[in-house]
Amino acid sequence: MSNESKENIEHHIKVYINVFIALAILTIVTVAVSYLDVSFIEAFFIAITVATIKGSLVLAYFMHLISEKQAIIWVLVFTFIAFLILIFLPLISVTDSTGVY
Amino acid sequence: MSNIPYILEERPDTGLNNSKLGIWIFLASEVMLFGGLFSAYIFLRLAAPEGDFEYWGSKLNIPMATFNTLILITSSVTMVMSWASLKLQQFDKYKMYLGITILCGLAFLFVKYFEYTSKFEHHIYPSSSTFMGIYFTLTGLHVLHIIGGVLVLIFFWSSQANKMWEDNEALLANRIEVVGLYWHFVDLVWIFLFPILYLL
Repeated sequence: MSNESKENIEHHIKVYINVFIALAILTIVTVAVSYLDVSFIEAFFIAITVATIKGSLVLAYFMHLISEKQAIIWVLVFTFIAFLILIFLPLISVTDSTGVY
Repeated sequence: MSNIPYILEERPDTGLNNSKLGIWIFLASEVMLFGGLFSAYIFLRLAAPEGDFEYWGSKLNIPMATFNTLILITSSVTMVMSWASLKLQQFDKYKMYLGITILCGLAFLFVKYFEYTSKFEHHIYPSSSTFMGIYFTLTGLHVLHIIGGVLVLIFFWSSQANKMWEDNEALLANRIEVVGLYWHFVDLVWIFLFPILYLL
């Protein structure tokens, strides 16, 4: 994204506006869905899915990841793997014998 | 400063300048920082008595948080527009968009201040429950990130930016791209904090 032509930047600005509108709509959707009478698992799945879509839009377009170099992609791939380990680490406590006397 | 290599020009091996690679590696460490706390949230929620998190979560103000979400999204788009304005050689527009971004950051902090003080008025503190403990930790850390971001944005809105623009346009654009990546990350964290704390 460092060396862009004027036409490219003007095209990007239109994309930024569209992403902003999509993010605003998805925020309203997230709040509206939370008022639906669904189970916790369903509500969790919907909320995380919408948040992931919103996060992907920010990463791809505002943070320019869609056109970024391989080095950054690899940094993020390794971070994502470490993040998943970190997030799911507590689940080990469900299956191991720690705390059983 | 000009003696530091690969600040603006790309390194042949990575294809990136060091400023951008540096901020992405920093953001990777930030993912782990917040990831650890998200993990703590899951752990605490799994161990909490049934209905406990829902009960304490219902005491949070959803309209205020929704408003804050919209503020941060707006600040993200104005942040990227300020960078695009520099690329289009429109310094006045850059100042305007960055000024709006700063105002959005301050508005977020203002709303958060009201949220926190209303909790304290009702004698709700981090020590009140496990949920409130993790709520104040996660949102407090996020607020610290917003404060840090706003301070840096104010620096790049001040007369220092005019000087940088006169001396080296590409350097200012590079700095704003790097600051912007940080600001978008802070927005990204809030996108996940909002449903997890307020809506579930």
